[in-house]
Amino acid sequence: MRSITTVSAAALIAASLAGPAAAEGLSGDFRIFLDTSNPAPRATMEAMIERFQAEHPDLNIETTVIDREAYKTQIRNFLTANAPDVATWYAANRMRPYVDAGLFEDVSDLWAEPEIAENLASTKGALTIDGKQWGVPYTYYQWGVYYREDIFAELGLEEPTTWEEELANCEAIVASGRACYTIGTKFLWTAGGWFDYLNMRTNGFDFHMALAAGEIAWTDDRVRQTFANWRTLIDMGAFIDNHQSYSWQEALPFMVNGEAAAYLMGNFAVAPLREAGLTDDQLDFYQFPAINPDVALAEDAPTDTFHIPVNASNKEAAREFLRYVVSAENQTIINGGDALGQLPVNAQSSVDDDEFLIQGFEMLSANSPGGVAQFWDRDAPAEMAKVSMEGFQEFMVLPDNLDQILDRLEQARQRIY
Amino acid sequence: MADSALHTSRVADLDGGSWWYRNQRQLAPVLFLAPGVLFFLAYVIIPIFQSFNISFYAWDGLGAPEFVGVQNYAELRNDPAFYTSLWNNVLWLVLYLLAIPAGLFIALFLNQTVTGIRLYKSLFFFPFVLSQVVVGLVFTWFYLPNEGLLNAMLGVIGLGPVNVLGDPGLATYGIIAAGLWPQTAYCMILYLTGLNAVDPEQVEAGRLDGARGWKMLWYVILPQLRPATFIAFVVTIIGALRSFDLISIMTQGGPFGTSRVLSFYMFEVSLSEYGFRMGYGAAIAVVLFLIMLCFIAYFLWSMYRDERGH
Repeated sequence: MRSITTVSAAALIAASLAGPAAAEGLSGDFRIFLDTSNPAPRATMEAMIERFQAEHPDLNIETTVIDREAYKTQIRNFLTANAPDVATWYAANRMRPYVDAGLFEDVSDLWAEPEIAENLASTKGALTIDGKQWGVPYTYYQWGVYYREDIFAELGLEEPTTWEEELANCEAIVASGRACYTIGTKFLWTAGGWFDYLNMRTNGFDFHMALAAGEIAWTDDRVRQTFANWRTLIDMGAFIDNHQSYSWQEALPFMVNGEAAAYLMGNFAVAPLREAGLTDDQLDFYQFPAINPDVALAEDAPTDTFHIPVNASNKEAAREFLRYVVSAENQTIINGGDALGQLPVNAQSSVDDDEFLIQGFEMLSANSPGGVAQFWDRDAPAEMAKVSMEGFQEFMVLPDNLDQILDRLEQARQRIY
Repeated sequence: MADSALHTSRVADLDGGSWWYRNQRQLAPVLFLAPGVLFFLAYVIIPIFQSFNISFYAWDGLGAPEFVGVQNYAELRNDPAFYTSLWNNVLWLVLYLLAIPAGLFIALFLNQTVTGIRLYKSLFFFPFVLSQVVVGLVFTWFYLPNEGLLNAMLGVIGLGPVNVLGDPGLATYGIIAAGLWPQTAYCMILYLTGLNAVDPEQVEAGRLDGARGWKMLWYVILPQLRPATFIAFVVTIIGALRSFDLISIMTQGGPFGTSRVLSFYMFEVSLSEYGFRMGYGAAIAVVLFLIMLCFIAYFLWSMYRDERGH
């Protein structure tokens, strides 16, 4: 540990000494590893790097784009063996293994600069571990219920704000021969989203975070209450059948074809829904309704991030790159509707004029007093996330197994933390 | 011994040759074997011992490993997911063997001379040429709960829709069935070559003695196919224990971990997106290795016995 602190202290001094001159002459090789392998994010990132290159013509930039899923396992190798100068990753607990292993550079110095300190305050918590910041965010997006406005209109339904309204809506939808929600749990994490919302609405944000941190028993009655609420939906046939066989993409057609009325998802679902032919008249968004009126509303808003590996060779350029990524102007460009189509992390940026982004931005800035969570598999440690999401999936298929599932999760909790 | 030493030294004396020239005969096989042995050591033997070693540590693959003794194994004993995987491995071992009789009968059926038999043989062999990934995808689509061909076929004969890969009780069987498709083709090709070597005179003699049908197959043909059967057994058992790609493609071990086998579970806990437990993964690998070792030891022993018999 000591060597890491000395190294980062040395880096700090070097950075502050080089500070004034830095903006002038960045040079040398600069390697960027990206996990933005889907077409639109890839093009956005490549355009951003080109603009950065134009500002620093002497820098020899080499960009490597790795498949998003493969990246999740490869990062372990390249951080230790062949570190790039900057790499994408995720915030909160998802970065903890690399922070604990001393593989991510402490960038608290960047966060102390007024430009970043003032404008990025909302995501600072997600990038903080042990009181230090380990990277910068480049985008985030809201979660919530995307629904078929035309089906709601046909059945005379309003956007629900309370649990009673939600259940009444769902009953009407089921009665019309549809499922209330489409979902594909083959890759488990989608069930984690449902658990996030049901638990945050039933027991509140602080309880949810304590559970993710392993401070609360899974056999606790409050946890059971969350599952009881979930079961109410399952028993009334709210979810599509056979969801355990579908990926999240494969669950989209149910909503497009009108066999399901809504989808609890991240904002990235909007693009494929539009591509599948749903117009903005057919598609709308509402915040997940309150369940327990005594707890403040809290939201999931996963943040994607950039980090500097400790073994990077051009940290001066890396810091300049991070500054560029989070700058107000760049944030507006890369999060625009024609680029990532998500929310900018810089408070000075403008949100694209898009029905869903505007609603999401308002929800997160004005109507999420409880707090903002990252997502279950980013807030809980990897192992706990894995076994618990498997449990969620099993519960959604075989709700009667709840006691066994909770016992198993409790056992896992005692071992993991 | 003394004679030969005397002899070589005398040859050396006569030629006045170098050390290399004198020892050529002894060195040549060693040199030819060296590359293979080195790679086998580096990629198989040494990693086996490394796995044994890692299985005694708690290690996330990034930080410093911490020695925990047999704790990983103690935990395995109480891990329901481990038993599910072990049981599925047994299912794989037993059901995968169906590929051998299936391959034999297809081979017997194809072992005739009619027009276009070469084409039929290639068609039957075709699935073995396909990548396991393709086989997995094709069967996943075949099994799809609403759109899949299987349910369309079941619908015709009036049976309700079944979600093979989404049903915790059926998923493993569904994957094994997919695995049997290429494996049967493999066994078939082994038997087809075996059938070429069947002695026609013995078949003739058997026929004169009144053997036909099953009796002919059991007492005359099968004994002559023994080498082919042995190889079919070896490749099928090893194939069953290595089953990984189909599971990864078709179910990801799901629904809720019910279709895992040991090799997949090992990958999941140590190397997958959420896996950071190298020690625990290594412990599973060791168990899998010991199971394989039983079979491998048996195969080696029976091969050794056969060679001595000749």
